[in-house]
Amino acid sequence: MSAGVQVELWQVAASLVLVALAAAISLWQRADLERDIVVATARSIVQLTLVGYAIKLIFDADTIWLVLALLAAMVLFGAVTARHRAAAVPGSFGPLLIALGLAGAGTLGLVVALGIFDPTPRYLVPVGGMVIGNAMTASAVALNRLGDEMADARARIEATLALGATPREAAAPTVRRALRSGMIALVDSTKTTGLIFFPGTMVGMLLAGAGPTDAVRLQLILLYALLGSVAISALVATLLAYRNFFTPAAQLREPR
Amino acid sequence: MLFELREVGLDRGGRAVLDSFSARIPEGATAIVGPSGAGKSTLLRLLNRLADPDRGEIAYRGRPLRSCEPLALRREVALVPQLPALLEGTVESNLRYAAELAGEPLDCEGTLRRAGLDPSFAARDVAKLSVGEQQRAMLARALAQRPAVLLLDEPTSALDHAARDRIEAALAELRRELEISIVLVSHDPEQARRLGDQVLEMPA
Repeated sequence: MSAGVQVELWQVAASLVLVALAAAISLWQRADLERDIVVATARSIVQLTLVGYAIKLIFDADTIWLVLALLAAMVLFGAVTARHRAAAVPGSFGPLLIALGLAGAGTLGLVVALGIFDPTPRYLVPVGGMVIGNAMTASAVALNRLGDEMADARARIEATLALGATPREAAAPTVRRALRSGMIALVDSTKTTGLIFFPGTMVGMLLAGAGPTDAVRLQLILLYALLGSVAISALVATLLAYRNFFTPAAQLREPR
Repeated sequence: MLFELREVGLDRGGRAVLDSFSARIPEGATAIVGPSGAGKSTLLRLLNRLADPDRGEIAYRGRPLRSCEPLALRREVALVPQLPALLEGTVESNLRYAAELAGEPLDCEGTLRRAGLDPSFAARDVAKLSVGEQQRAMLARALAQRPAVLLLDEPTSALDHAARDRIEAALAELRRELEISIVLVSHDPEQARRLGDQVLEMPA
């Protein structure tokens, strides 16, 4: 497959006019975002350029080990990032790391095993990035909600423990709501996909000159892969993390 | 002896909620009184292992409490917390949940009557009950497990006199009908005398 399009540097530079427009609006309306816009733009240039070189390196080397190392790094950074949003959950790093690892490995493993994609860097790197990125958001949202719900439902959970329920039974409604909130954003956006927004992959393929049929088919595959990974990561993260709210003697830990 | 506490201490947030507290609680009905902040609620939570003491020993009918499996203990020594905290659903679904956890058959009508509630409450949504009704539903839920010991934390706080009298009558009736021991926390010395065979005072 050859590259369908060539993008010149001057074209990228020209698109900065739109960044200037955004900064001007912020300045004019005193939204106080112009500094952030400049920082965000600079970071996007540096980060994407570095990732571009890294991907080129990995594509050229064409070895599965480099791909796996990159995916492992994504899982690690994803867990570190998600942990900040799950600050109310004690010991959230381990559950997040396992959740992202399983979501990435499970989803990529399945699409390769089903013969949808070849196990080559060209597919594994971009698909892996999307899968792990979405899994990170889902598990972060789920654990954020878990922390809030466990605090709100403290009295009810302890009253249920007082009946001789296991921590798992006492926390079940809370875990269910956390899992739902981790998954619901993607489920909703999957429902409206194509109507309210065009998903990125499809846009990218159309811009790169692919036919609409191929663009739609690939987009569908990716949407379903994301649904799977989001479900795995939200489930694993909540099921591992809720335990940290309880002692081995089935008591609620004191909040920190 | 139902419970025996020796030199029990418990810290929370760097301060002692209970310190070197010793007491003997016999079978029957014991009312615990004391100023707020004396650790009355904490004491009840220690008795069915919703918390464990940092220092000292507690024995339940001669057995060290720490050697009692917490889940089984809590089905035998039921705690009704001060604030009602029922599960979403009907009164009956709450009673059924508790009965199933304890592996007991559910006599919904009889259990509701014992807790001073009309059997028509079975189908009511717990979210639509008054606080007093919820408190009695909590008592009924604990009774659905046929416990040997009831731990009651301020069972009539936030209730008017009529509702309080109904709960007190229900408790008196319970003790006549069932062989059940009661440990009850109250801020009201009058109530403690009415309901307790003995009154245990906690120091401030």
